[in-house]
Amino acid sequence: MRHLIATSDLDREELESLLALTEKFVEVSSRPIPKVPALRGRTVALMFFEESTRTRLSFETAAKRLSAETVGFSVSSSSVKKGESLRDTAQTIEAMGVDLMVVRHASAGVPRQLQNWVEAGIVNAGDGWHEHPTQALLDCYTIQTRLGSLEGREVAIVGDIKHSRVARSNVAAFTMLGASVTLVAPPTLLPPSLRGWPVRVTHDLDEVLPKLDVCYLLRIQLERQAEALLPSLREYTAYFGLTARRAELLPPDALIMHPGPVNRGIEIAADVAELPRSVITDQVRNGVAVRMAVLFAILGSAGDARSTAARSEVVGGESSA
Amino acid sequence: MRESRSVVLKGGVVIDETGERTSDVVVQNGAIAAVGPDLGGDRVIDAGGCVVAPGLVDLHTHLRQPGREEAETVESGARAAALGGFTAVMAMPNTTPAIDSAAVVREVLDLGAVAAVDVYPTGAITVGRHGERLAPMAEMAELGVRLFTDDGCGVQDDRLMRRALEYSTALGVTLAQHCEVASLSEGTHMNEGEWSSRLGIPGQPAEAEELMVMRDLALARLTGARLHFLHLSTRGSVAMVAAAKGGGLTVTAEAAPHHFTLTDTCCGGFDPVFKVHPPLRTADDVAAVKAGLADGTVDAIATDHAPHPPEEKEKPFDQAPPGMLGLEYALALAITELELEIQEVLALLSWRPAAIARIKDRHGGPIAEGRPANICVLDPREEWVIDGSGGASRSSNVPYEGRRVRGRIRHTFVDGEPVVFEGMAQR
Repeated sequence: MRHLIATSDLDREELESLLALTEKFVEVSSRPIPKVPALRGRTVALMFFEESTRTRLSFETAAKRLSAETVGFSVSSSSVKKGESLRDTAQTIEAMGVDLMVVRHASAGVPRQLQNWVEAGIVNAGDGWHEHPTQALLDCYTIQTRLGSLEGREVAIVGDIKHSRVARSNVAAFTMLGASVTLVAPPTLLPPSLRGWPVRVTHDLDEVLPKLDVCYLLRIQLERQAEALLPSLREYTAYFGLTARRAELLPPDALIMHPGPVNRGIEIAADVAELPRSVITDQVRNGVAVRMAVLFAILGSAGDARSTAARSEVVGGESSA
Repeated sequence: MRESRSVVLKGGVVIDETGERTSDVVVQNGAIAAVGPDLGGDRVIDAGGCVVAPGLVDLHTHLRQPGREEAETVESGARAAALGGFTAVMAMPNTTPAIDSAAVVREVLDLGAVAAVDVYPTGAITVGRHGERLAPMAEMAELGVRLFTDDGCGVQDDRLMRRALEYSTALGVTLAQHCEVASLSEGTHMNEGEWSSRLGIPGQPAEAEELMVMRDLALARLTGARLHFLHLSTRGSVAMVAAAKGGGLTVTAEAAPHHFTLTDTCCGGFDPVFKVHPPLRTADDVAAVKAGLADGTVDAIATDHAPHPPEEKEKPFDQAPPGMLGLEYALALAITELELEIQEVLALLSWRPAAIARIKDRHGGPIAEGRPANICVLDPREEWVIDGSGGASRSSNVPYEGRRVRGRIRHTFVDGEPVVFEGMAQR
């Protein structure tokens, strides 16, 4: 693997091998000193053209646990605001000797564009409404850990599908691993066309809850009200929020998931988010291991002596520090 | 004197609106001196296997001057036009400042006077193209402006558009509309549908265009004004114009090469070179535009040649400006993509747009003795591969890179001067 731009670029085998690799890094992360020398001497640039605390810290932690050097910027400190072209920014950073770029951007497609302009590997850390593939991987891993497998599982993705890179990535990943996906949203928060999406759609959350294995809630942005996509957040919560009453409709072992940050009381009731079946914290924890797996799959598998050694070190569980 | 030497185009097939015949054509002193068999001249150019036709006329060219000279100038755009077989272009008014006053019209006319082809400035309908107050159309019409448009956006206000149409009827000019309802298209960057949904790019529905076509047909009926639709891109638009023409309304319409060649699937790689307004639509819309060009619903092919320098197209898709080049590729794309006789292709690119622009006294008229020698000579069978960086434009935002096409301009004459000879620009 040279890049990770979209889950829809992966085939099932690649997806499963990333999840298998994640398992190893979960083990690494559980050690007293959770660090391996796998990517020593490699440099990872964290290019956050859009503000993000969680994803950035997750990638940074992942890179550091692999002993990679990290450099990075977020939009407030970058020259992008001064009108530098995307291509110039990327090529300048590459010229400093960066092996891999982790890219977050508010505009869909930026990681794909960068792929054409630089030699470094590109990992998409979220691009506009398009994709957020490492989120999908950590969600798959979390479900797999809790339920054994996604094969034949019933998953509902609830909320603002239209503006969600998480939904796009997860629909592709969940269905690739054999789950059935139902999208639950008001029509204004669905993409204008679902042609080619292997999903079922409903506007009735109560109807789907009793048969779910996973209820995946998306974050609702306040501005959707101003855009006339919703009459009010109150009305949204009344029909699409996972309230305590609705949580009762779920089968007892069904999981409740959310990519964060959670709007408690809007898409999910505060006490529902605290239920044992809510695996929101697991998602965050698994995020680091998944990102270690992705960074390692790209930088540690280049086929040179160093990476072969690195792989054996990881598998052998040898620790630096 | 050198200019008075005669040139004879030997052995070509002359095609114009009167028909098709094998004939020699003699050009002298800027005019067509003779048309017929076995003619001689001081200089003989072999046109065997070629078509000799009236020069092409582009109703829709962005020359970017004044204001955006890094993207294009009147000089460079006119050179690209000549290489594409055009002898006349309508310069769109979305310059900086906009062509919304006699002063800016004069500036563009002056720049055009020394360019390779005839440059006709179009005027803005509203001051600054802001859609608020009427621009001084009469003053501009007095300088020869015959086409007015706020191109880049449509006139949104219904009442203002009604008044503009009414006012235009006294001036003998045509209003040309970029049909796009802003409230449905604001913040969008491609066609709304399967691909925008998949890519997560905000899209605009076909209806953003169609609602304004619908309104403007109603206003044209109300006012009796002459109305031209710029770059129609949807099946619904073509159908409404067909119905209106069937009902006796005298509106005209154009379509751009990219709207009969490319679809929104091209945006799949997020390359802003495929970003354009109106956006690339679906295969079904492409089929409808082609059918409209074939059956006469759409009167003309117009390039919407819209240069942008590389750094502008190297922005994220949603930040890059819309537009793509067309002047050097329109003829070949029309020959290659449309299943039409060459005379039909030339009608769409020469005499019909010339009639809409009301410049048939100089362009698009028959190849006949005494007419101005604005002529293109093309080899309709030559195959070539489009190289986007090899054009004469200052920009290279060409969405047809690597595409194999058929039909190529050999020579272009403007007032008898070979501004393109053997495919090479001469000035």
